[in-house]
Amino acid sequence: MINRFLIPMVAFVLLAVVLAIGIKHAPEKGVIASPLIGKPAPQFSLPSLADPTRTVSSAALRGRWYLLNVWGSWCGTCREEHQMLLDVRRSGRVRLVGLDWRDDDSEARGYLQQLGDPYEFVAADHDGRIAIDWGVYAAPESFLVNPAGIVVYKCMGELTPAIWEKEILPRLPKAQMAGS
Amino acid sequence: MLPELGHFALILALLLAGLQAFFGIAGPMFGRERWSAAVIPAVAGQFVMVATAVGCLMASFVGNDFSVKYVAENSNTALPVFYRVAALWGAHEGSLLLWIMLLALWTVAVAVLASRLPRLFLARVLGVLGVISFGFLLFTLATSNPFLRLDPPAGDGADLNPILQDPGLAGHPPVLYTGYVGFAVAFAFACGAMLEGRMDQNWARWTRPWVTAAWSFLTCGIAMGSFWAYYELGWGGFWFWDPVECASFMPWLVGTALIHSLAVTDKRGLFKSWTLLLSVLAFSLSLLGTFLVRSGVLVSVHSFAADPSRGVFILSFLIVMIGGALSLYARRAPLLKSPAGFELGARESFLLFNNVLLVMAAGTVFAGTLAPLISGALGLGTVSVGPPFFNPTFMLAMLPLLALLSIGIHASWKRGRLGTQRRTLLYTLVAAAVLGCGLVYGIYSHGHLLTLVGATLGLWIILSSLVDPLDRLRRRLSLPRAVIGMTVAHIGLAIAVIALTMVQSFTNERDVALAPGASATVGGYQFRFDGVGPIEGPNYDGVGGTLVVTRNGAPVAVLKPQKRRYSVQHQVTTETAIHYSRGNNLLVALGDDLGAGRWSVRIQIRPLVSFIWIAAVIMALGGALAISDRRYRLARPAEAVPAAAAPEHA
Repeated sequence: MINRFLIPMVAFVLLAVVLAIGIKHAPEKGVIASPLIGKPAPQFSLPSLADPTRTVSSAALRGRWYLLNVWGSWCGTCREEHQMLLDVRRSGRVRLVGLDWRDDDSEARGYLQQLGDPYEFVAADHDGRIAIDWGVYAAPESFLVNPAGIVVYKCMGELTPAIWEKEILPRLPKAQMAGS
Repeated sequence: MLPELGHFALILALLLAGLQAFFGIAGPMFGRERWSAAVIPAVAGQFVMVATAVGCLMASFVGNDFSVKYVAENSNTALPVFYRVAALWGAHEGSLLLWIMLLALWTVAVAVLASRLPRLFLARVLGVLGVISFGFLLFTLATSNPFLRLDPPAGDGADLNPILQDPGLAGHPPVLYTGYVGFAVAFAFACGAMLEGRMDQNWARWTRPWVTAAWSFLTCGIAMGSFWAYYELGWGGFWFWDPVECASFMPWLVGTALIHSLAVTDKRGLFKSWTLLLSVLAFSLSLLGTFLVRSGVLVSVHSFAADPSRGVFILSFLIVMIGGALSLYARRAPLLKSPAGFELGARESFLLFNNVLLVMAAGTVFAGTLAPLISGALGLGTVSVGPPFFNPTFMLAMLPLLALLSIGIHASWKRGRLGTQRRTLLYTLVAAAVLGCGLVYGIYSHGHLLTLVGATLGLWIILSSLVDPLDRLRRRLSLPRAVIGMTVAHIGLAIAVIALTMVQSFTNERDVALAPGASATVGGYQFRFDGVGPIEGPNYDGVGGTLVVTRNGAPVAVLKPQKRRYSVQHQVTTETAIHYSRGNNLLVALGDDLGAGRWSVRIQIRPLVSFIWIAAVIMALGGALAISDRRYRLARPAEAVPAAAAPEHA
């Protein structure tokens, strides 16, 4: 007869395997090397959050630097990050577009109304398909894309002033930095 | 000099913990009396060393010694002394040290308060605690040493994370950790029993106060965290199903189940192997919580110090501790025998349902928390799990649990007849439904069916819990503290249920843009915005707004929310202003400067929300009352009850 008291042990072994794989995939000190870096940014064409009858697409982003910020009104860290995003918008150094991930449109709109809207536009990714294309692990995440449409940097988790200054600003061209 | 002393004390503590583990486990195993006796001095020595290390680190914080890396990263000369002390556990290294300190305190408490337990059993319990302490000390020294020096020393510190600069921070982690770590005692008792190969009703009686104590601390700790999130994080939420919240909630649910299954084992000698398993699980979930928070495998608001290399260490430790305990369980649990069973309607059945439902609830929280990880590991892509998953699944387990609670406390042990109690239950249920209708439709004048169900179930628990104690008082019968404690804790739970129901159903929230002098009306209150002015604090500046609140022209409160900018970390925090009025919490928070003196303002009115936290305190108080029952303090001759199943010692 099988010892039923072994069941917890077996379940734990399975859990340990999952956790071990989890560690392997875990971000290295908050920075994840996305396989997308150096590759073309995934295309998308999604309803606009502000006006769902309209479609926004990645094609419109060609030719200039942009920062794609993945967020959701359900995401606590996004709220913490929000002030920084407003600062980024105010700095005018890079176009900021939002990907509202697996969210309820009206809640997302309320969130932006309350906290302020830093985005040039927001694409509503209701079923999370596009986020999968971009390899989103957990919100918030931000992708820096160059005018050729190549992903040059990915910020995993909260975009902090330190990351902005150390990782993003140096990657932007001087000419654009002189602007604003 | 002090940091080196602290570092050295930690190394000595590690060695002493190793000795404590070795003597405690090997002594009884090989029948070496002297070894077993050496455990107590090792416990005492380890405690002194850990306390020394904590004292040294605290002195470095208070004295602004920025040559210590950890101090430089988490403190600042402008930081008030109070927060410099609390900054000790403001980040990873220090919170680990706090964890170790609390474990040492629990261990000393066991050594002192449980000194009348059989010597060999006590030695084994302390030995298992020694293993846990050894693991954590090794972890600290190997990956997270708080005493590392900076060369050259920093001129000033990088300051404590501003959202942690709050009185809530001083209390929340130590209380929460005391609860977390307290389950180590139940774990050690279970391992001690399994190593000994015997587990009886006495064992359950010894274990009960320790589990209840840990549970009470955990209850308070979770409530403090929730309260802190409510007023400090700035948008008036109090529970987010954040992975770290879930990590503290899972041991709480399993700990609650354990309290109830221990009652059955204590009174009736049943559920033995299940109780052992829950004892192991409650602490395992605490460890798992530590792993999730510290390894960075799950991203959450709390993961400010995540590091995968630490994850590898904790995972190995997890495998040793939990794997070891569960394999011991697989070998020893089949040997436990339970006496005759019970009828379907007996109290045992209700406690069994209680356990099944609580473990089910913990299971859904577990599944939701780990779903992103599991799906990632299996290569299924990304999933995100939030309140839409947690709220309904959790309620699915909680509603039957609450409904059965009232009946369960009136059921008798062993026999399945409710008898005259049936009438009591019916009357209290009708009364609760009437009161519930009054509350929902009378005061709030509308409501969902689920709102009515929640209110009725909560009121039913209060009324039916009071029937028996009041009857005993009327007949001048004795009322044991354990019964008072149980009643108080159940009433606390009921209050929490009612408050949560009301908050979920009747929260009134608006985000408005207000120019100076303009007003907004929310839920019958008028909020007049009188503009903002500059504010200045010791290590921050910012703006403070003034909102004058009136109700039908009568003044209610003047609320002064702030937006602070902390000068060192350039982080902005939102300080909400909260006023308590007629059962409602009025909360205002400043949003954004919209220019020309206009600001966006969040106004939120939550009914009864304070009662959620008050209820947690009542529950913890119930736990404290139950622990103080004299039956736990009476010395019992250990050999009085023969072992139910005692295999040969290895």
